[in-house]
Amino acid sequence: MKRFMAFVRKEFLHIFRDFRTLIILFGIPAAQILIFGYAVRTDLKNAGIAVLDNARDEVSKELTQKLEASDFFYINRQLSSYDEIDPTFKQGKIKAVIIFPERMAAGIAREGKATVSIIADGSEPNTASLVTGYVTGILNDYSATLTKDITSAMPMINPEVRMYFNPNLESHFMFVPGVITLILILICALMTSVTIVREKEFGTMEVLLVSPLKPWQIIVGKVTPYFFLSLVNVIVILLMAWFVFGLPVRGSIALLIAECMLYILLGLSIGIMVSASTSKMENAIFISFLALMLPSLLLSGFIFPIENMPKIYDYVSMILPPRWFVEVIRAIMIKGAGFAYVWKETAILAGMTLFFMVISSRKFKTRLGEGK
Amino acid sequence: MDREKVIEVKDLVKRFGSFTANDRLTFDVYRGEIFGFLGANGAGKTTAMRILCGLSRPTSGKVMVAGIDASRRPEVIKKRIGYMSQRFSLYEDLTVRENIELYGGIYGMTMKEIVPRREALLERLSFTAYGDTLIGSLPLGLRQKLAFAVAVFHEPEIVFLDEPTSGVDPVTRRQFWEMIYETASRGITVFVTTHYMDEAEYCDRITIMSEGRIVALDTPSALLSQYGTASVEELFVKIARPQKTGV
Repeated sequence: MKRFMAFVRKEFLHIFRDFRTLIILFGIPAAQILIFGYAVRTDLKNAGIAVLDNARDEVSKELTQKLEASDFFYINRQLSSYDEIDPTFKQGKIKAVIIFPERMAAGIAREGKATVSIIADGSEPNTASLVTGYVTGILNDYSATLTKDITSAMPMINPEVRMYFNPNLESHFMFVPGVITLILILICALMTSVTIVREKEFGTMEVLLVSPLKPWQIIVGKVTPYFFLSLVNVIVILLMAWFVFGLPVRGSIALLIAECMLYILLGLSIGIMVSASTSKMENAIFISFLALMLPSLLLSGFIFPIENMPKIYDYVSMILPPRWFVEVIRAIMIKGAGFAYVWKETAILAGMTLFFMVISSRKFKTRLGEGK
Repeated sequence: MDREKVIEVKDLVKRFGSFTANDRLTFDVYRGEIFGFLGANGAGKTTAMRILCGLSRPTSGKVMVAGIDASRRPEVIKKRIGYMSQRFSLYEDLTVRENIELYGGIYGMTMKEIVPRREALLERLSFTAYGDTLIGSLPLGLRQKLAFAVAVFHEPEIVFLDEPTSGVDPVTRRQFWEMIYETASRGITVFVTTHYMDEAEYCDRITIMSEGRIVALDTPSALLSQYGTASVEELFVKIARPQKTGV
């Protein structure tokens, strides 16, 4: 243990003495939080929606069909009561709930108007505003066709839009989970792989291996500081989100931190695996960046909604840890969901962590144990 | 001989698949001796050294290092030896004192043991002024001397030096060898590989490897007279070349 602590101390010294490492550790997260405050506009395709049809008359049925017929939506589920709205949102399969009022057709015939409620998932502001826009468009089209049939001057179906989870549709709400996801992958995978490979490249690894330190102590010792610094980072990001954007964590903070720890472990084990497969720093950076950062950024659903992608990317994204983590963290932070809603994603992340740990420890054993 | 053996190697064989890197090596190294290990690249030096350091296990044969069986408990060997490689082994972004503390700590010393010994060492090397300087800003010669001092800081029984003077100027090399002598006189066995044949003559005994076998083992002067060569360099060229027949 004493040997191990001496080693961990050295790792902290490396980090605090390297200005660039510090920038990456603490400067980039802050900058990203601020920069990503600006939304990226995207298109909508096949978003899941739920319908709560209180009317069950010809107008509501026709509208449902029109929604279903459009390329933009598919009806994921028919709800039968208001109570189902919340759990349905938390499951995350739908982007909006469309609520038709009671006696809709009769209301239009008598008063020439009816109000349809659209509740969109505000935790993904881009998607939410697109969804409401498109639904409104479809409703307006339908109103226009009614005008020809009915003699009254202006029969209208009024869309009444409400955002769920994120009433003001503030886009930075969705970027905070995205930034946490990215930063953790960056620090954990990229920086640990670089720091381990650096020892190999400088030849110091050899000396460490000849020392009484056991190989696992070397590896764990190298990643320990990054584990703690990553946690500090998460807390810094959450505090920034709170103080700069007024975004609270709706769900349990303990759960959020626990999920982050799991994800950090995952990132670290990926980093270790990368470092086991190369002995050049450029390669480590290249692998981490190309194989982890870019797909994380593009395919995790953090910037571009996954449902808009061709099916193949959807499948590809499933093997990427960030995709699952973004969902978990979004659910906890913005929707206030508990463990019951994220256990599946958590299980997937835990499985991936285990997988990478086994692989990387195997790789390290064969690499370090017996000669070249 | 009645001197104490610190390394005992008998019929050491190491195979990688069908390739035999070490073929029935047998030699002893005595306490306080400076033992030179020579051979062309690929002769099997590195493989043998890795086994002696507890990094790799022999395929067969008996290897005892500091009284420990290398094929049974290699991790215990690691505590009793020091190691310095041709590649620079100190951390450039740590100070001289921090590097010493790190290696002392890794070898299980407490700060109480480290601090007085560290200060005494700095004093002896006239390094006290550099104590809090980052290694990266020291000249190469000083660094190399310091790396050696760190390798024996925990008073190991044996120190393994893997081409320690590669790329070092002659003056520093000279000083470096003075440190080696001083260390050996304290009873620490020095096991050194080198490319510089003049350095081989500084060793108490040398062994020359070729194609996985030991082809010569004796004091430098005995070997010179036996083969009738004027220098170890000549000797090396004569016997360390792979013997190709029928070419």
